[in-house]
Amino acid sequence: MFDALSDRLSGIFESIRGKGRLTDADIDATAREIRLALLEADVALPVVKTFIHQIKERCKGAEVSKALNPAQQIIKVVNEELIAILGGETRRLNYAKQAPTVIMLAGLQGAGKTTLAGKLAKWLKSDEHSPLLVAADLQRPNAVGQLQVLAERAGVAVYAPEPGSGVGDPVKVATDSIEEARRKGHDVVIVDTAGRLGIDEEMMQQAREIRAAVNPDEVLFVIDAMIGQDAVNTAEAFRDGVGITGVVLSKLDGDARGGAALSVRHVTGQPIMFASTGEKLEDFDVFHPDRMASRILGMGDMLTLIEQA
Amino acid sequence: ARSNNALGKGLLALLASDKLDDDVWDEVEETLLSADVGMADTTAVVESLRERVKVLGTRSPEELRRLLKAELTAVLEPELDRSIATVPPSGEGPAVIMMVGVNGSGKTTTCGRVARVLIAEDKTVLMGAADTFRAAAAEQLETWGSRVGAKVVRRGEGADPASVAFDAVKAGAEQGADVVLIDTAGRLQNKAGLMDELGKVKRVVEKQGPVAETLLVLDATTGQNGLQQAKVFGEVCDVTGIVLTKLDGSAKGGIVIAVQRQLGVPVKLVGLGEGPDDLAPFEVGAFVDAIVDGAES
Ligand SMILES: Nc1nc2c(ncn2[C@@H]2O[C@H](COP(=O)(O)OP(=O)(O)OP(=O)(O)O)[C@@H](O)[C@H]2O)c(=O)[nH]1
Ligand SMILES: Nc1nc2c(ncn2[C@@H]2O[C@H](COP(=O)(O)OP(=O)(O)OP(=O)(O)O)[C@@H](O)[C@H]2O)c(=O)[nH]1
Ligand SMILES: [Mg+2]
Ligand SMILES: [Mg+2]
Repeated sequence: MFDALSDRLSGIFESIRGKGRLTDADIDATAREIRLALLEADVALPVVKTFIHQIKERCKGAEVSKALNPAQQIIKVVNEELIAILGGETRRLNYAKQAPTVIMLAGLQGAGKTTLAGKLAKWLKSDEHSPLLVAADLQRPNAVGQLQVLAERAGVAVYAPEPGSGVGDPVKVATDSIEEARRKGHDVVIVDTAGRLGIDEEMMQQAREIRAAVNPDEVLFVIDAMIGQDAVNTAEAFRDGVGITGVVLSKLDGDARGGAALSVRHVTGQPIMFASTGEKLEDFDVFHPDRMASRILGMGDMLTLIEQA
Repeated sequence: ARSNNALGKGLLALLASDKLDDDVWDEVEETLLSADVGMADTTAVVESLRERVKVLGTRSPEELRRLLKAELTAVLEPELDRSIATVPPSGEGPAVIMMVGVNGSGKTTTCGRVARVLIAEDKTVLMGAADTFRAAAAEQLETWGSRVGAKVVRRGEGADPASVAFDAVKAGAEQGADVVLIDTAGRLQNKAGLMDELGKVKRVVEKQGPVAETLLVLDATTGQNGLQQAKVFGEVCDVTGIVLTKLDGSAKGGIVIAVQRQLGVPVKLVGLGEGPDDLAPFEVGAFVDAIVDGAES
């Protein structure tokens, strides 16, 4: 689809190969190509700017390494910075001291929240937990039925007292679900919510009310890996509007570069915890920052590239 | 205002100075990139705009903005026919309209809303639930059907999507329906097996006559991957129009510029919300204004 960054950089590397140290012009030329690669990967423009600035600073100030040639040094710096941003303080799910642990899902329409609810439930169940899925999306047509089917497939319980498709109060369902979990002895509650736009004040208010009602240990922001420049606006809106504690990148089984990972990480400061990688319940993994770094840059294996530079 | 991707705040000062320096062009470029127009189209538009500005000696921000809008408008080919075909190409039987696209883009919702528009024009509409894969997909289409007054042909989960689609068209012909809308399962374009399945759905439907419209449903938040979606869906099922959904959010949907050119077919409809009436014809002018002026209006 796009030229791999490695192809684009090879010309520049050719010209700086054999030089003892990098000139500012070498760094600028390389930075331009990296900027382009990041933009083609859908990293949001303000994030690209900050990132490139950091890269330049680090390269200019860098000690001349004896072991690596200048081109190798730049690649190494870019790779390290990307992994640092994507990965900084990876962590596991927060569990409540006193059960039930509550996980609330939030995100744009169609991002993959309901599917993720099923995946999380299945994963938790296999880890000796007893999750309860809560149908608090009473807006999208048949969201309740969708969650019920997924619960059945995952072999977990579902709390769905309202028919949905416009009928029922999601805040009440969410509130009552905690009592239901206590009664039935579930130690994790996963609350599926309706998709909403960051700019939809009324729906963001509803999300805050659900949050206040269930006092979640985690609010996971689910974002589609295909999203473009809007990732920044949307992430800011959910950060400020609902408050999020972690990020899940969905549809990573596609061929999008997924630059949104960098944008969201940058904007929210919250860790990317999971990757959703398919439509089936087992298509789910913890997030790997190093794989994501190579994917964004279209570099394949970073180490191979460093060897070739 | 910057978060709305509006072109303008700094422009006045920049243009007032003696020369149009690089900062002006950077700002124009950033406006387009922030709207997901992509580097290739952005570069082409900016080059062409620079040329015009030089020739015309443009110095006012209003004039620059106007010229930029003109460039973008030209790229979007406002003269294209954006109507939805509701007459069967073969002249007999129902007109078949298929919705295709990646997961969660808005296909099922669009089916419901297109049905509503057609029914308001006194057409009879039947819908075929050829998404037999996603949990509760057929039920979702049925809910839409009951909202807008269209019957749905469906089978159980896991049924062969091509035969459901075939049956829907057959039922449409028997009942004398004017239009049959086929909802298909979301699929990512890099899944060869699923793309083959989609090709088969279309081929099987076409045993009863050619499809009138194949609409690629594209989410306005989509970034550069949209172009890849266009390429592959275009190859597999000969797309005849684009529906740009979720344009009611903060995303500008600039990738459709590349998508429209790639497919050689126009954006026909836009989705502006989740309700039954939130579907509108694509208007080049409004779309271009939103990119250049930002969301404040
Ligand atoms: N290929 C792929 N498809 C996915 C993934 N996650 C979800 N989907 C699909 O994306 C579509 C939307 O997923 P949902 O889980 O319904 O998304 P949602 O965020 O709950 O949507 P709303 O409730 O309408 O806002 C469905 O077709 C899912 O099967 C993923 O990781 N990969
Ligand atoms: N805000 C907004 N939401 C929309 C629009 N169109 C669809 N949606 C929402 O997006 C989500 C996905 O819509 P669907 O119609 O189920 O999408 P789909 O392409 O059929 O999804 P799959 O069948 O799972 O691939 C739902 O929550 C819809 O309500 C739109 O124009 N604006
Ligand atoms: Mg959902
Ligand atoms: Mg659907």
